[in-house]
Amino acid sequence: MTDWTTATGEAIAKAVRAGTVSASTVIDTCLSKIEVHDKAIGAFTFVAHKRARARAAELDALIVRGEDPGPLAGVPFAVKNLFDVKGIATLAGSKINRDLAPASKDAVLIERLEAEGAILVGALNMGEYAYDFTGENYHDGPSRNPHAREHMTGGSSGGSGAAAAAGFVPLTLGSDTNGSIRVPASLCGLFGLKPTYGRLSRSGSFPFVASLDHLGPLARSVSDLALSYNAMTGADPTDPVCTDRTDPPVALNPASSLDGLRIAKAGGYFEEGGHAEAFDAVAKICAALEVSETRDVENAALARASAYLITMAEGASLHLDRLKTRHADFDPDVRDRLLAGTMIPGAWVTKAQKFRALFRTQMQALFEEVDVLIAPAPPCVAPLIGQKTFVLDGKELPVRPNLGVFTQPISFIGLPVVSVPVWLEGSKLPIGVQIITAPWREDIALRVAAWLEANSHVSAPAAKLEETAE
Amino acid sequence: MSKDEFDADAIAESMLAYLGLPDETGYRPGIIFHLTSARGIAAGLLALPMDDETEPAPVFKP
Repeated sequence: MTDWTTATGEAIAKAVRAGTVSASTVIDTCLSKIEVHDKAIGAFTFVAHKRARARAAELDALIVRGEDPGPLAGVPFAVKNLFDVKGIATLAGSKINRDLAPASKDAVLIERLEAEGAILVGALNMGEYAYDFTGENYHDGPSRNPHAREHMTGGSSGGSGAAAAAGFVPLTLGSDTNGSIRVPASLCGLFGLKPTYGRLSRSGSFPFVASLDHLGPLARSVSDLALSYNAMTGADPTDPVCTDRTDPPVALNPASSLDGLRIAKAGGYFEEGGHAEAFDAVAKICAALEVSETRDVENAALARASAYLITMAEGASLHLDRLKTRHADFDPDVRDRLLAGTMIPGAWVTKAQKFRALFRTQMQALFEEVDVLIAPAPPCVAPLIGQKTFVLDGKELPVRPNLGVFTQPISFIGLPVVSVPVWLEGSKLPIGVQIITAPWREDIALRVAAWLEANSHVSAPAAKLEETAE
Repeated sequence: MSKDEFDADAIAESMLAYLGLPDETGYRPGIIFHLTSARGIAAGLLALPMDDETEPAPVFKP
């Protein structure tokens, strides 16, 4: 008998469309698993039982009538709790936002997924106001890594990583300003897609840093990334950054060959400042792809620095009034970073934004010569929950801002990335590798990820929760 | 004090007052840590020569 909670979204949709299983059965199974196991995982902050069951019943009725339920028919999904979900307050991981009025409508990306048959089952834990790489929420508790519950999920989309890796849902949505999709996808052993800046509408999501905010999916298969991505693309005048490009949908089962692609390893900055497993994972992927060339990514450290400063200043600007009136209600770690952010000189931020333009030009030239860059995602496997520091290249550094040391320079200029999960021999924890392409070439990043998955170099199995039960 | 040294505590105290932000004793160590970290992280960028004509990345389109 098929376990629908560990099936891919693609398999679920195929079965629901064929009438092999009803959407209601899929949703009941999914909700039962959340009910039994989520107390130990901490992925969900809200489970939409009634809404999900009603939507499943609607889809089943539609199928009985012979109507097309859509390419994502019956696929359960959940969203980081910074997405608006009609009827509940958009927490963005905070205590303060619990006082907001319930959202009057769903975020655009939820609407687009549900229009194609997917079913929202809940909202997910996250680091407060997305200023986080750990997945530890001060108010709701940490999301726990389903593969080893004493370890972090990574963040800030921590619940998005936990829910997909636990097999609660095959698909989740997260946000990524500096690495908040790629870090939890990597630490939880998932595929994560951070699209090009401006590719997917952010309308109906609580912002963090408008200059750098992206939304995107996490999943246990590349085809689920592609299916959901195709459903979510499209112009949206309510997000001024959202592109009106009309690129064709990405292939769900791309060509089996990678012939013609010029792939290089990212050198320089991306070859130091991490633990051995980060570089071993890159080596494994490069060996699989027969990559022999290394291209130095000059100025990556300045890109990271610029993203860091823009984040501090824009984040502080967003929360300035709350820092005055509700300062005692913040996560103390977030509050202190935001307060310091109010003091970043405008001249520094403007220079960082100017450097963003220069770095973009530099990387556009590099992508004239290569199609794909391979780089580490986080600098190490998942740290322990509560761990405050780690040692990178002999320097003891705080974990919270430094898990994104390799992801931050890439999102700084909005390049599309698929993070792929690598399981090194003997390791009980996965680690991700970034497949980075030129702007608007998500198709290439997904094609490479699909090839790696098809040839068993990367995989994203659901965790065996019974074995990790306390 | 050399040009590379600064008093983060004094900056925090005066900026909190300037901006009308809360100045709680318990907040100060975290603020000082992040101010000092940011100054270190910014150093390379601030040292980078840049043409006057360089445009910042976000472009406002009316």
